[in-house]
Amino acid sequence: MAYPANYRYTREHEWIEADGKTGRVGITDYAQNSLGDIVFVESPKVGASVKKGEVFGSVESVKAVSDLYSPVTGTVTEVNEELASAPEKINSDAHSAWIMKVELSDPAELESLLSAADYEKYIAEETGH
Amino acid sequence: MGAKMVDFGGWDMPVEYSGLIAEHMAVRTGVGLFDVSHMGDIQLRGPESFQAVQHICMNDAAKLQVGQAQYSAMLYPQGTFVDDVIVHKFSDNDYLIVINAGTREKDYNWVRTNAQKFHCHVSDYSDYYTQLAIQGPKAAETLQKLTNVDLSTIKFYWFKWGTVCGLPNTLIARTGYTGEDGFEIYIPSDEATSKRVWEEVLEAGREFGILPCGLGARNTLRLEAALSLYGHEISETINVFEAGLDRFCKLEKGPFIGSDALQKVLAGGGPERRLVGLEVVERGIARDGYGVFNADGKQIGAVASGSPAPFLKKNIALAFVPREYAAPDTEVFVQVRSAMVKAKVVPTPFYRRPKKQQ
Repeated sequence: MAYPANYRYTREHEWIEADGKTGRVGITDYAQNSLGDIVFVESPKVGASVKKGEVFGSVESVKAVSDLYSPVTGTVTEVNEELASAPEKINSDAHSAWIMKVELSDPAELESLLSAADYEKYIAEETGH
Repeated sequence: MGAKMVDFGGWDMPVEYSGLIAEHMAVRTGVGLFDVSHMGDIQLRGPESFQAVQHICMNDAAKLQVGQAQYSAMLYPQGTFVDDVIVHKFSDNDYLIVINAGTREKDYNWVRTNAQKFHCHVSDYSDYYTQLAIQGPKAAETLQKLTNVDLSTIKFYWFKWGTVCGLPNTLIARTGYTGEDGFEIYIPSDEATSKRVWEEVLEAGREFGILPCGLGARNTLRLEAALSLYGHEISETINVFEAGLDRFCKLEKGPFIGSDALQKVLAGGGPERRLVGLEVVERGIARDGYGVFNADGKQIGAVASGSPAPFLKKNIALAFVPREYAAPDTEVFVQVRSAMVKAKVVPTPFYRRPKKQQ
């Protein structure tokens, strides 16, 4: 699976596709594969504040709950309603199935996130492949 | 095989092979294959093996005919669970007790100690056998290709011996832990044989969409069927009535380990708490250990096992609640992280396989 070059990534396996002051956030293909079949997404509310590195929601597979960590600080402008009834979209296309859109309060934060190449290296190390 | 592995009671077990939901659905609609070799096999043989079984296990082995099995349990003197088991009657002097993986050593020692006063021999055969479970509506058609035994002559919870995959004298039991029709076969445990049989079963089941199934699907399947898991619905601190396993406990057969304490529970008006089925009615998944609350916000119990149910497409749970909350349709709340999610008491099992002629 290719990791889009224009996305940035976290060590907690979230991605952000940012365009200046707004960004879409989701979880990576590596994350969805580790989790297995996703059955439930707990999204933040529109208007909520999110902070870089802090929990903004969770994703549940049949077997487990996984917290989601925000890659950036800002305000939630939109959540992906489709995931309420079709959470499995994250499994079928993790890099399109965005969970929230955020208005960034500090776009400079993006620079400290991992590039696609660095993220791929990171997961290769993590899995020992 | 590409399985995701996990430690389960000291065993390295696959959680899933191709995906939990796919594996679960294969068992409900076609056929699935489980390696359940982690389970244990204790044999009691000798002139008083029947008496030993009656003393140690709560169900009535006198009801068994040769070739028949029954779900039962071994109890502590206080009426709580050492383990749940399946007792197989090989002959009047020969019984096989199949026990759980996580409690193997404890169980074996328990049986050996408590069978001592009876004229019988106790053997632990666990390491000799690989146990495979073939489960689902197409299990019989799958296994029939591999055996000379007419499987239609083996009724549910009965067993026979026959040749399976060329192996003579293989025990074929129509038992399982999924709520579906199916078989458990006991074959020699050497790696080459086990692997060959595994591959042959997968080949035989290919036309029915057979999938190898891991612990994840094993758990969701047994939960839909409301079957107990040690440490969750049954344990050393839970008694037979609390666990709702009264019908497998035959106090009328005469005294056995735990019967006195259970008589006292009955004389005292029955158990204070009961295991009930819950169906979550608002958005949320009730999971093991989550608190169960009443409408006033007071905690009244906890979830023993909870999970999404892949076939039923609901979120279900088994939970202990005080008996006044045990009636079907009673509304309770499950604490799912910071939220109180509404759930209702429902009858169990959550899933019953469709009736078809055997």
